[in-house]
Amino acid sequence: MSDSMRELLSKTVTNLKPSGIRKFFDVAKEIPDCVSLGVGEPDFDTPWHIREAGIEALKSGKTFYTSNAGMPELRKEICDYKKKKMGLTYDPMKEVFISVGGSEAIDVALRALLNPGDEVVFVEPCFVSYLPCIVMAGGIPVSIPLKEENEFRLTPQELEAALTPKTKVLMISFPNNPTGAIMEREDLEKIAEIVIAHNLIVISDEIYSELTYKSEHVSIASLPGMQERTIVIDGFSKAFAMTGWRLGYALGNAEIMEQMIKIHQFAIMCAPTVSQYAAVKAMKDGEKDVVMMRESYNQRRKYLMNEFRKLDLPCFEPYGAFYAFPNISEFGMTSEEFATRLLHEEKLAVVPGSAFGECGEGFIRVSYAYSIEELKEAMRRMGKFIKSLRSK
Amino acid sequence: MEQKKTEQILHLLAKDSRLTNQEIAVMLDSTEDEVAETVHQLEKDKIICGYHTLVDWNKVNDEDVTAVVELRVTPQGGDGYERIAEKIKDFPQVETLYLMSGTYDFLVMIKGTTLKEISLFVSGNLASMEEVQSTTTHFALTKYKELGVSFATPKSDKRMVVTP
Ligand SMILES: Cc1ncc(COP(=O)(O)O)c(C=O)c1O
Repeated sequence: MSDSMRELLSKTVTNLKPSGIRKFFDVAKEIPDCVSLGVGEPDFDTPWHIREAGIEALKSGKTFYTSNAGMPELRKEICDYKKKKMGLTYDPMKEVFISVGGSEAIDVALRALLNPGDEVVFVEPCFVSYLPCIVMAGGIPVSIPLKEENEFRLTPQELEAALTPKTKVLMISFPNNPTGAIMEREDLEKIAEIVIAHNLIVISDEIYSELTYKSEHVSIASLPGMQERTIVIDGFSKAFAMTGWRLGYALGNAEIMEQMIKIHQFAIMCAPTVSQYAAVKAMKDGEKDVVMMRESYNQRRKYLMNEFRKLDLPCFEPYGAFYAFPNISEFGMTSEEFATRLLHEEKLAVVPGSAFGECGEGFIRVSYAYSIEELKEAMRRMGKFIKSLRSK
Repeated sequence: MEQKKTEQILHLLAKDSRLTNQEIAVMLDSTEDEVAETVHQLEKDKIICGYHTLVDWNKVNDEDVTAVVELRVTPQGGDGYERIAEKIKDFPQVETLYLMSGTYDFLVMIKGTTLKEISLFVSGNLASMEEVQSTTTHFALTKYKELGVSFATPKSDKRMVVTP
């Protein structure tokens, strides 16, 4: 493309760094016989009865648009489900909307809230889309680098220190991708106090809310005074192994939802219809599948943590999602170098922590959405690699 | 050991009987001794009835022949089916035996090396039993899946190698 044409591209977009994961994917996919622990999605197929509901929808010609906010039946099922899980009541007609994955809901929430120059405080390491979405919505991203010594939880001191008079939104995500960290009720209570005192809105990405292994997930929205000022993002990808169906949702205050639905209506129209039918089935009958998958992830989690202990690889205990975030700083190289060498020398793919924010430097993300046999082979390779590094 | 953990042990071993007690203990937050003891008890109670290996014999020799035989019988007395089952299951050629609902009574799976061998076994040992009214023998052509594991096609990860 000629320079004069390149000038026509949006500066906001061209200035965004491409995703570090994308770069790593391009390398990894060229390596034959590569064993991967690099994936951020379940290894389970979508449960058959849910797929069948999708097939049934196709067969009976449910191939038209739905209402912008999503099928009323699905919105009602989601509100019932969340009532059971969070103890909060949301109005299916006004306080929930169905999005194209949690991803779209994150983008739309930010766009509905931000005026140019508004600051958004968000925790890092985090999912790759937060910073670019904040920037594209005209906001100023203010990152709080979370610390390993706090088990990658957000502390009230860290939050206070990041706030300015321009802060409008706090974005959090627990259980966390990539660290696997969770926040428990006591942790959240202190954060909620500050949020209310400073009149902030919280975007809480709870896409992994079903996958916790210590105590049941607590949503910050369920704390006193927080429901109206929290936008909860959730979806079907992780809990129900439905990543490719592209379906998520947002819950929150009716006035905020109204604005979010406006954006969604103009940009997207509606979420995929077939997926919405499948999701109704997931909400109605998917609980036992979630329990089975959670149990399985938990077994793998314990297996993996034990392997790390055997390798003397320091890793804080992650109680959520399906990731572990071991510390590789002893090897004196960047996480990208570590991951690249591991890939070339042992054909094992993990994701460099730095792909999730600068403070992820010194860590790697290891996904345990893999069978025990795969984890075994992967840990054999990891062990060999680490031994060779230590022997030098 | 609590019932839930015992069930988890069974699920794990049913999928991979080569997991060690130590590995299972790690996955279930238990101790090696406790797992060993539970497994031992499960074996004694015949809840765990064996540890087998899933082999695709066709890759080793294609001589193996599997047949499914439907048997119709006339049971005598209250425990008639039980007594017939006892007789049939003692034949070493019989791999699997079910009592069925529907148009026939027993489903017998037999493995042999030739069609002839199986045919002789069916006529000589099953059809000749006095309770047996009729037999229908089907020979399997290709085995695609057993115990939830697909043969022939290697298991492949449908996901991309690295995703966010
Ligand atoms: C923290 C987090 N939020 C949101 C998403 C997006 O999920 P989806 O758009 O599939 O619902 C992901 C996916 O990896 C994630 O890890």
